[in-house]
Amino acid sequence: MDFQVVVLAGGTSKNLVPLVSKELPKALLPVANRPVLSYVLELLELSNLKDIIVVAEGEDVALRIGSWISGAYDERLRVEVTSVPEDVGTAGALRAISRHLTANDILVVSGDLVSDVPPGAVAATHRRNGAVVTAMLCSVPVSGSSESGSAGGKDKTKKAVIHNIVGLDPTKQFLLYIASGAEIEKDYKIQKSILRAVGQMDIRADLMDAYMYAFKRSALQKVLDQKDTFRSLRQDVLPYLVRSQLRSEVLLNGTPRTEENGLEKVGSHKIQVLLSQILSNSSATSFHDLYASGADGSIPVRKTHKCCVYIPPSSNYCARLFSIQSYSDINRDVIGEASHLSGYSFSAQNNIIHPSAQLGSKTTVGPHCMLGEGSQMGDKCSVKRSVIGRHCRIGSNVKIANSVVMDHVTIADGCSIQGSVICSNVQLQERAVLRDCQVGAGFVVTAACEYKGEALARKEK
Amino acid sequence: MGAQRKGASRVSDDHEELARVSLQAVLLADSFTTKFRPITLERPKVLLPLVNVPMINYTLSWLESAGVEEVFVFCCANSKQVIDYLENSDWVSLPDFAVRTIESHNSISAGDALRLIYERNVIHGDFVLITGDTISNMSLTQALQEHKERKKKDSNAVMTMVVKRSKPSPITHQSRLGTDELFMAIDHNTKQLVYYEDRVDYSKGIIHLDKSLIMDNSSISLHNDMQDCYIDICSPEVLSLFTDNFDYQHLRRHFVKGLLLDDIMGYKIYTHEICSSYAARIDNYRSYDTVSKDIIQRWTYPLVPDVKFFGNSTYKLERQGMYRASEILQARSAQVGPFTVIGDNSKIGDNTKITNSIIGHGCSIGSNVKIEGSYIWDNVTIEDGCKISNAIVCDGVVIKSGAELEPGVILSFKVVVGDQFTVPSYSKVSLFEQPTNQDSDEELEYADNSSGIVEFADTTDKSNSALMSNPLEMQGWPASELGKGGLGYVWSICEGSVEEEWRHSVAPIPADKLEKVLHKAPDDEVELTQDANVLPPSGELKSDSYVSDGDDNESSRDDSIHFEKEVEATFLRAVHENIEVANVILEVNSLRLSFNKVASDCAGAIFYSLMNFALDSSRGSSSELLKNTTSIITKWKKLLKYYLTDLDEEIEVILKFEEICLESAKEFTPHFTKILWQLYDQEIIQEEAILKWDAEKKEADDSDKLFVKQAEKFIEWLKVASEEEEEEEEE
Repeated sequence: MDFQVVVLAGGTSKNLVPLVSKELPKALLPVANRPVLSYVLELLELSNLKDIIVVAEGEDVALRIGSWISGAYDERLRVEVTSVPEDVGTAGALRAISRHLTANDILVVSGDLVSDVPPGAVAATHRRNGAVVTAMLCSVPVSGSSESGSAGGKDKTKKAVIHNIVGLDPTKQFLLYIASGAEIEKDYKIQKSILRAVGQMDIRADLMDAYMYAFKRSALQKVLDQKDTFRSLRQDVLPYLVRSQLRSEVLLNGTPRTEENGLEKVGSHKIQVLLSQILSNSSATSFHDLYASGADGSIPVRKTHKCCVYIPPSSNYCARLFSIQSYSDINRDVIGEASHLSGYSFSAQNNIIHPSAQLGSKTTVGPHCMLGEGSQMGDKCSVKRSVIGRHCRIGSNVKIANSVVMDHVTIADGCSIQGSVICSNVQLQERAVLRDCQVGAGFVVTAACEYKGEALARKEK
Repeated sequence: MGAQRKGASRVSDDHEELARVSLQAVLLADSFTTKFRPITLERPKVLLPLVNVPMINYTLSWLESAGVEEVFVFCCANSKQVIDYLENSDWVSLPDFAVRTIESHNSISAGDALRLIYERNVIHGDFVLITGDTISNMSLTQALQEHKERKKKDSNAVMTMVVKRSKPSPITHQSRLGTDELFMAIDHNTKQLVYYEDRVDYSKGIIHLDKSLIMDNSSISLHNDMQDCYIDICSPEVLSLFTDNFDYQHLRRHFVKGLLLDDIMGYKIYTHEICSSYAARIDNYRSYDTVSKDIIQRWTYPLVPDVKFFGNSTYKLERQGMYRASEILQARSAQVGPFTVIGDNSKIGDNTKITNSIIGHGCSIGSNVKIEGSYIWDNVTIEDGCKISNAIVCDGVVIKSGAELEPGVILSFKVVVGDQFTVPSYSKVSLFEQPTNQDSDEELEYADNSSGIVEFADTTDKSNSALMSNPLEMQGWPASELGKGGLGYVWSICEGSVEEEWRHSVAPIPADKLEKVLHKAPDDEVELTQDANVLPPSGELKSDSYVSDGDDNESSRDDSIHFEKEVEATFLRAVHENIEVANVILEVNSLRLSFNKVASDCAGAIFYSLMNFALDSSRGSSSELLKNTTSIITKWKKLLKYYLTDLDEEIEVILKFEEICLESAKEFTPHFTKILWQLYDQEIIQEEAILKWDAEKKEADDSDKLFVKQAEKFIEWLKVASEEEEEEEEE
């Protein structure tokens, strides 16, 4: 397949402070004890897409990611890690690596995608329709942990559900409208010309742009060249392509006509019948020809291009790691409902305890839990729906629920951790109580402290 | 007509009625438009023959078959004719189907009609609301049941609209019925109608959907491929809504839009889509043509010529869709082509060719005549050698030998076309002179229309026989207008619509017009996408500013300025003519509806007008300005307060004030705080609004904070005051 893959690994996302740091960029954040980027890479590998360019923001980040990839995926994938300056945006990143892009079609994937939707399906949809862009839209995952479903929490998740507003044609193949980010807070402006051409547009708020796009290379490069103010793929380039689909400015003049077919083919049968009644004497062949050409039918005055979508079945898992909440959600899901993603085999108790881990007496590790290599736990501990990293030392009488504990964390006796994320090398002294907190790397929580809903991080030296 | 008496008698058997809930219908036998002029000057539209049967019979037959038990026929223009017709027909003698007429002479719109029906107090349950020009064969059972179930769950579901899929032409943007394209948004799951836009404004290429629509409904469908069938199932509340909102005139434009925009009352409209059955309304000449053809092609079965229903005589269906009455005198050499209906006692001469046409009763058609795609009504005489294509020829018309009718011609009753005369396309000919006061304003047209018709109706009723000569002799006939021996006035097409005449004509759209429209279309498109191309870089998008509206700002700003001007004019008129506040509110409300604005826009616009007025009346003197402003605010505070129902609107006023000070009237700048204090003191603006405004501005640039700084002390004072208050409360 003549597809080139670009993985946008990003840098250190502001949304994820204090979880990320210079030492731990977003792409390497552990999800069920392996970097989030590995989920994308393995997904691509499954679809036999092995030519991969990983784009990271900043040299430092690129070096870290590069060294991890060469260790983990040597021989298996042809990965090239490049760095772009920070703050150029996703469109800027693609602009920067434009000369590396040679294939006819480019698959752009976000490095924070955790999914089991085969990218090959997106690529195939793209090819089948001869589209300029194909976006993957997936149903919005249920956010918020199911156990701590207090009333307040539920309201919050309900509010957060809308990620995108999309307009689709009745066959759910073509993207006719998309609003994302700040735009969804405003009133929606739907172009009548597109609506006229399609007849019916379904506007939905229950789909999320999964940030996996297939682009036609020539079109993508043309947009990036022409519109130098575009910074974001999601918020600038994609909406632009969608908006201008009936009046394309991105197709080269030499492109064969068959590739310019717009969406009007869909449902145009009726139109044709109607038209043939009206235009009984003219030799109009299809709606698209009519739309794209002048009245005399000879000179094409209008060009159209297709913007397609691929909507995976709702049984597939698809989530993006873009906030602390989603980080907890994804960790929970990967060891829970979407356990096939983790790549581990679960024990009879539906959990994963590394053989080298040591458990004290009367310590229970519930289902949907993971205990990493070389971790030790004292007596009478209880772990529920949590991920515990490698080489952690956990004392006695510790309760951990709905939390993520990364590597080399020391937890003293009598601590209680709920709904929190504890980064590497954190030290929790006796009887510390954390609820819905994020603790940055290397932080020390002093004895008997209680925190609720706070982000704790070491001060920068 | 004893409608009053009948209405009264109905009230007595109310209880029985309620027990078994009979289905009622309101049939408007007047379309309140002028699209069928000049024919409708002499005969009401519902009595015009459609495939040789008066239209109202189709509607009544359908209502009867759909299980309606009582129909109120509302007659307005030419009411006498409708009532006479119904009384002499079989409709009044049916056992389970009561047809009652309600007559009105001063109703000028559907809104008036429904208000009158409400006053009569004859409707006591869900009813079907249709016009007398609707042809349908749909079953009401399912739609009714859906309506009732929804009503049970949610008493605000007052209306169910019947819609049908029909894609408008991509070139002319009109449906095959000749109606303009329609944009609707329907909730996918509940079928609730959330957006309705007819009379599409072509200059705007963008539909604005309120974001709350999608917040509430996870999925809505926008339709351009739906046609409104104008069959509504209504709850009795609809009538009272019309009475409450006495400015509602048009069913769709005012009522439907009013309900959709006004979410205060929370009334909801739902849709019912029909797929296999037929429903269409004859709204203009093109739909007359389309529906006639649909009837001949049996889409409306059982309402077809060879099936006996009320008011039609028997026809025999022959091959190729030819319907013939039993007694026809047809010359052997005459060719009658496919999809043609020929009424009884008609004579067809030698070598005459008729295709795709409908010939009424008792017509006599000479030899060597060519008729195609035309509608010849009753008792028409067509002499030898005439050529008629795509025309409507009313009763009693005489077309003398060798005359020719070009496509789109309408000949009203008893017109005579002279020898060898060619009537040019799209001309409308009547024995009556065209009313001179052609006003483009829709509302005025309503009034003008009905009064004119009533007048004419009187003359027709008085002396039906003298009609033919009467108007002509009186006014002195210019004989030349329709050739030698011709009779009739050629109506001039009103200004502006000359170009558009082909859109609604019976004649098919000529190819050159289509081409013209096609040529024009790309230009619109260029503008549209250029607008859309003005894209903000994403940086601006992310910030909460309004910059990203680049593509629609232009159009909506024009709109806002226009709206403000209108409101200001209304306000000034109120000041000069001493109009009461309540009436001003009414007028502003109607402006709000027509400009598609919300209450905060009104508040802003009214405030703007107040300040402008103050500025104008004080003529530059600074101290006087403050005094004037204060007094004007005091005087009109009721008006302003009406639109200030919540904080957002109050903040809008403050923002507007800022804008005025910055842009239009710098004179106010020094008085900003004082006037703000006035507004607070007079309880027009609450302190929460001011504090919130202050909080909002915290994020802004320094240049934006000019007025916040000016008002700093005042805000400080407010804060202290509110804290004190809180403390007091705590104690």
